Amino acid sequence: MTYLIEADSVSKRFGNVVALKDVSAQVQAGEVTCILGDNGAGKSTLIKILCGLYQPDGGTYSVDGKPVQFSSPRDALEAGIATVYQDLAMVPLMAVWRNFFLGSELEKGVPPFRRIDVAKAKRTVVDELGKMGIFIRDPEQEVGTLSGGERQSVAIARAVYFGARVLILDEPTAALGVKQAGVVLRYVLEAKKRGLGVILITHNPHHAYPVGDHFVILRRGEVYGDYRKEDLPLEQLVQMMAGGADLELLHHELEEAAQTTGDEDLAQAASDFANEAADATGHGHDDAT
Amino acid sequence: MTADVSTIADDRMVEAGFLKKVLTRPEFGSIIGAVAVFAFFSIVTENFFSVNAISAYLNPAATLGIMSVAVALLMIGGEFDLSAGALIGGLGITMAILTTSADLPVWLAMLLSLVLAISVGLFNGIMVIKTKLPSFIVTLGTFFILQGAGLGFVRLITGQTTIYLSEELATSNVAKLIFASTPIGGIRIPVVFWIAITALATFLLLRSRYGNWIFSVGGNAASARAVGVPVNRVKIALFINVSVSAWLVAMFNTFRFESAQIGTGVGSEFEFIIAAVIGGCLLTGGYGSAIGASIGALIFEMVRQGLAFARWEADWFKLFLGVMLLLAALLNQWVRSRARRAMS
Repeated sequence: MTYLIEADSVSKRFGNVVALKDVSAQVQAGEVTCILGDNGAGKSTLIKILCGLYQPDGGTYSVDGKPVQFSSPRDALEAGIATVYQDLAMVPLMAVWRNFFLGSELEKGVPPFRRIDVAKAKRTVVDELGKMGIFIRDPEQEVGTLSGGERQSVAIARAVYFGARVLILDEPTAALGVKQAGVVLRYVLEAKKRGLGVILITHNPHHAYPVGDHFVILRRGEVYGDYRKEDLPLEQLVQMMAGGADLELLHHELEEAAQTTGDEDLAQAASDFANEAADATGHGHDDAT
Repeated sequence: MTADVSTIADDRMVEAGFLKKVLTRPEFGSIIGAVAVFAFFSIVTENFFSVNAISAYLNPAATLGIMSVAVALLMIGGEFDLSAGALIGGLGITMAILTTSADLPVWLAMLLSLVLAISVGLFNGIMVIKTKLPSFIVTLGTFFILQGAGLGFVRLITGQTTIYLSEELATSNVAKLIFASTPIGGIRIPVVFWIAITALATFLLLRSRYGNWIFSVGGNAASARAVGVPVNRVKIALFINVSVSAWLVAMFNTFRFESAQIGTGVGSEFEFIIAAVIGGCLLTGGYGSAIGASIGALIFEMVRQGLAFARWEADWFKLFLGVMLLLAALLNQWVRSRARRAMS
């Protein structure tokens, strides 16, 4: 079977640091592959390889089953792989329609009277966002006045409009509240429904689980788990993400520190922490449903 | 189905009111300021709208405005140029020396001076891009280099700091006739250029793809780069545009006064920036207006001439300037934050 994009045992080193070791991940058309992992697990290195910013030191990266060598994000974009970054998606002081067409402006007329087709651009933006189920009040509105979720959604709609077949979303819900995150996840599903392959990078299992078809969990630069949704109950995913054993250890350390110093605040923190850890690994998924 | 979706979208889309659109334009504050200043001096002085008075402030506003528009574009692109003022004197005297001491034909001298202008813009741009130092520092360095080198070389070559054009150049030459002409009454040729440049810059900013790119490189260079905007080229072009504008102004000055002085323009770099800020430019980049910068320049010269007409001491001008700058910056911030709250 051919995948839209596939990373096969890719590795990446920076000097002595092994950032990724034999990591494989892939996405099919109409599927969402979630890449999960804590800070430093290698998620960003993997994205940077997928979007053409880094070249892997080992392993192969294929698009439509054919090995590729991207030398810049521009190459990846031309192959239909669009990356929506968490922070550098938009120019806040510019209108929505200007942002949407930035770098690929719709023009009309002949030089020197070549100019932006403003009416058409605005109409297209309203239509395209409408198709994704996003309704903006006025395309002239500055992007900075949109909420974080709306901004992500506009960036996603833009990538879809410009012919992306694969969407790589880097922590699209990280800075958002529960409701806003829900809005973004709805557009992820919308993109999936339209036949795009989506790679969703996140550290939040509750955001990944409802939309994902396939989960790749990274830890310390290696694949720690690789499951299809039907083989992976949410509890297990949460457990794997929270790193049950690590939390246990941290709890003990806090308690020990509290006992040796006799610090009551610290003791309180340790017991709070134990409760929270139990919540996280047990039944903390109310916000996802 | 597509039709369905678009009708839904249209229903949900509410056009922002005309008033709000006007209020949220960056040049809004400067228009109010210009009307207020004009009204004030029309009351306290006589004949502030006579042909004489109008040309008394339009002519200097033109050269200031040409520079302010270029500086505004650069500021929207997220950079400063403190060397623009000193460059005017340097370019004028380069041209003058080449026609006198080197005895070159005037067009060649003008061309070489233009080449120097482009080189300085290129230098500023490439330095800012390559070193990643703030343009404030880089162009402050260029400012001192230009001022020092200008004085040094001119003294070394001629032993003077003012160079007079030859008799022929000062009277009958074609270049003189063009660059120092007075097409309408007392209104000099720079006014025509000023209006044309303002119109062109406004078209460029609001209706061309380059305008989009200028706003984006100042607003968020990383985003702009990510969607394929050639950020470095845009910034370098904006620096060159400022230098070429300085060349144009230097030519106007030199032919008009039939001489060039090395100190010309030193100190005016801040006037360009202030006019741009009065016109709605944010100091942080990504926002501003070319028309606003031109109106800022007009306010500037109306006050300068108005004080003279009212026979008040010119000392008050600087006081006014400082107050105006602070008010404009505050107004920009206030209008923008209000507009945002109203919309969200």
